[in-house]
Amino acid sequence: MRRPVHRFDLLTIILHWLIAILILGLIALGVVMTRPSIDPVLQFSLFQWHKSLGMLALLFAVVRFVYSVIWVRVRPVGGMKPFEHLLAKITHGILLALTILVPLAGWLIASVSPLEIPTFAFNLIVVPHLPVPKSDAAEIWWVTAHAVLAYSTLALVFLHSSASLYHHYWRRDDVLTRMLNRERRLIEPSAKEPTS
Amino acid sequence: MIRHAFLVCLMFAASLAPAARAAELPSLAEAAGRYAISSGSIIAFRVDQVGGGGIRGRFGKFSGTFNLKAGDLAHSTVNFDLKPESVSTGQDRVDAFLRSGAVFDSGHFDTISFRSDRVEQTGQDSARITGTLTAKGRSASESFDVKLTAWSGRRIAFNVSGRIFRSRYAMDVGTPIYSNVVQFDMTIEGRRG
Repeated sequence: MRRPVHRFDLLTIILHWLIAILILGLIALGVVMTRPSIDPVLQFSLFQWHKSLGMLALLFAVVRFVYSVIWVRVRPVGGMKPFEHLLAKITHGILLALTILVPLAGWLIASVSPLEIPTFAFNLIVVPHLPVPKSDAAEIWWVTAHAVLAYSTLALVFLHSSASLYHHYWRRDDVLTRMLNRERRLIEPSAKEPTS
Repeated sequence: MIRHAFLVCLMFAASLAPAARAAELPSLAEAAGRYAISSGSIIAFRVDQVGGGGIRGRFGKFSGTFNLKAGDLAHSTVNFDLKPESVSTGQDRVDAFLRSGAVFDSGHFDTISFRSDRVEQTGQDSARITGTLTAKGRSASESFDVKLTAWSGRRIAFNVSGRIFRSRYAMDVGTPIYSNVVQFDMTIEGRRG
């Protein structure tokens, strides 16, 4: 069912940017809400926003993962060497996996915590805890795992976006523009076509 | 004599089998007097959470007195103070959160007090006490239902239950995940002072 194409479809593009915004917002929220000096009322509220948005990110990431597996396959832009394409594929694969694993680790924190604070997404839907044993030790472990995975994601997002800017401004190819649903020549008619 | 019999039954029927109850009823004249709330009392509360379950806890430090007035139950009085820093839920992190500025702010407000305004009889062995509850610098009128559960001359015990809205005392953090209502289910034991 996967069809190789040159352009991303609109759903892939929308999911990509929504997940990107959510990831950056969630990491910022995660940093702020865990500051030791934070007001406890604000902290509780930010934790609940973090959990709600994290569940939304997980939902989008799962949809995107399934959609990418069964439907989307984009040809590499012209001019990319095989090892560059392989590196990009590996990075994209890890990023895609992390977009699922990070919120899943967060869900596990809520699930293993002896505090048993419900996840009431956007004060609308109770997301049940995963069926796992509860303990302080397991909570500490998953908090660490969640943070390590989240900061690894941030590092890869930095690498990923740097690469896209490199392609856009240095190689002048369509790597970035096709994720913006635009042809490069539409925004920069004088750009030279990359050689393949 | 009829009035006396009525008063006898006001709120002091033992919660035993109905047949035994009449024999256990203290007369108000017998029960009248000033009592100190003993440390054997249990100040338990519960806050429900969405999806089932909730937080259950107790307060370990409290004190108070009540004065049962023979022939004038309506003007009987209850004074009760508890120390919010003595809260215990079995989870240290929950206790710390409850003591923090988010809930009790026990560093600034070290006592939660209740001063009764009136007592109404609601049944043979039950009554409703209305008074002023003060917590975190805010006061509101609250009512508790009281039921006699034990009587033995020098010792008297009641089950006291009540529903308190946390928002009246600026303690409604966590709603609607956690209910705005705190349900108290207390055993208040008095010993003659």
